Amino acid sequence: MTASTSEQAALIGGIYSNHLALEAALSDISSRNIGSIYCLGDLGAFGPHPDRIYPLLKAHSVKTLAGNYDDSLARDLPDCQCGYTDPRDNHFARLSYQYTYRNTSEENRSWLRTLPEEIRFELAGHKVLLCHGSPRRQNEFLWDSTTPDHFLEKFCDDYQADIIAVTHTGMKWKRRLPSGRLFVNVGVLGRPENDGSRRVWYAVLRGMKDRVTSEFIPVNYDAERLALEMREEKLPEEFAETIESGWWTTCLEILPEKERRAGRY
Amino acid sequence: MTGHGNETRELAPAQELESLDELWFQVGGTLCNLSCNHCFISCHPGNDTFGFLSIETVRKYLRESEKLGVREYYFTGGEPFLNRDMMQILEETLSIGPATVLTNGTVFTPGSIRRLRDISQASSYSLELRVSIDGYNPQTNDPIRGEGTFKQAIRGVRMLVQAGFLPIITIAQTWPEEDGPGVFDSFVETLKGAGYERPRIKILPTLHLGMEEERTRPYSRSERISAEMMENYDSSQLLCSRGRTVTDRGVAVCPLLIEAPDAHLGETLEEASGAFRLSHGACHTCYVYGAICSNVGGWGVD
Ligand code: SF4
Ligand code: SF4
Ligand SMILES: [Fe+2]
Repeated sequence: MTASTSEQAALIGGIYSNHLALEAALSDISSRNIGSIYCLGDLGAFGPHPDRIYPLLKAHSVKTLAGNYDDSLARDLPDCQCGYTDPRDNHFARLSYQYTYRNTSEENRSWLRTLPEEIRFELAGHKVLLCHGSPRRQNEFLWDSTTPDHFLEKFCDDYQADIIAVTHTGMKWKRRLPSGRLFVNVGVLGRPENDGSRRVWYAVLRGMKDRVTSEFIPVNYDAERLALEMREEKLPEEFAETIESGWWTTCLEILPEKERRAGRY
Repeated sequence: MTGHGNETRELAPAQELESLDELWFQVGGTLCNLSCNHCFISCHPGNDTFGFLSIETVRKYLRESEKLGVREYYFTGGEPFLNRDMMQILEETLSIGPATVLTNGTVFTPGSIRRLRDISQASSYSLELRVSIDGYNPQTNDPIRGEGTFKQAIRGVRMLVQAGFLPIITIAQTWPEEDGPGVFDSFVETLKGAGYERPRIKILPTLHLGMEEERTRPYSRSERISAEMMENYDSSQLLCSRGRTVTDRGVAVCPLLIEAPDAHLGETLEEASGAFRLSHGACHTCYVYGAICSNVGGWGVD
């Protein structure tokens, strides 16, 4: 890599209290000499000990925006705004939200209140827009198989961006649009992406004179230890199982046909 | 049609089209091989009030939709697969975006299933098939959907599953609320029995329009949306805030109201992008249940 550090940015999203994966990702990013790190939101949910995330983000000066989960915790809302309609999904979503709420300090919740909904910056002269779900709605799910090119081009026009990056769905994907602009869903560090593997993902943007490229980076971490901590905290067994097996066991109703077909459940 | 319109239309709140996310096509018109007794637009084999959409018509609106940034395409009827152009319509749609078809599941043949599978595999976008079944056995389904329809629909589901599809089974809730959980479990069991190991199920409220108005009751005067009710309401729950429906007579506000004259808004999507007054009883059902037409819930999950 010849690009200087200022022309690269690491994008992480969906931490879901997975402090072990976050630690592993941050040390991987340091070893690549990438100066700017951005977090696209959803610090809590799913995993154990939500308060362990905050010192890590601060120690690495991670510029962070608010996800729907962060917004819920910051505003003391009764749920995570994921909007599940399936009773089983709802049950699990409620359990983990209540756990996360109980175990997030007042100090951290008031820090969440200071987070912006979007971050804009330039990379080698290209306009980058970071947000959580979509530029227009924090909890909009953008999946590879249900998001047309022309829809993304309109986002780039309406929100004046050459590169748009989001997270929220839990599955990474990217698209070079016909206009040459770039859309990236950076994936999440919090849980595996329903592919039968334990690894999790983040993305690196590289700015060059004529365009920006992106690369997904896999992160391996001590998943067994995380599953153990989740069981010690009495989090749902289904969640620990996902961490160990790499297959989603809950919240499947939100998956479109192609993404659902690729998973086990 | 007593269920439609209302003399206090001026007082009904107007809903803007906030963004055209969902483009619906009434590809099957009001023609259907079945004549269910809860059908909200009274489809049957002889009802040609609305006709099939041709591939040329669909193509014209697909082109316009690209400029407007439409996110998803939906196909309904009547029965969409009675339309001879349906496979080509899906093929062309899936070349630009995701498609969902609402079908009764009774007209598939081994050949049409193979074609569907090929079309689906050739696209990077999802093809969702929503199959309507209203009871978990013939005794509960057939009185509503017609003699023999349970067997036919389950056969359709079985063929889809064998071809690798994961159809969404949509069920109109015609049973009392308190029976809910038991009915849901019985459906899961029935579908697993048909070889569908991880069934996707969506339960929908019925609309007191068309045949359902006679089966149960029409909307009452008080079942209307008032301006106060819209305060602090998440209007993205209403399909008319983010969708329009193409019929063989131009563009209507939503698939539910095609029989109401005021629901027809123009020839092009552009012309049909104005606000709509929520003066109908069906609007009240949308308001209460939210996002009943989309694949999953409202915005966040859609
Ligand atoms: S409910 Fe569906 S299957 Fe039944 S008559 Fe109406 S369009 Fe046909
Ligand atoms: S029936 Fe529903 S979607 Fe149609 S206009 Fe009324 S509120 Fe909107
Ligand atoms: Fe999120």
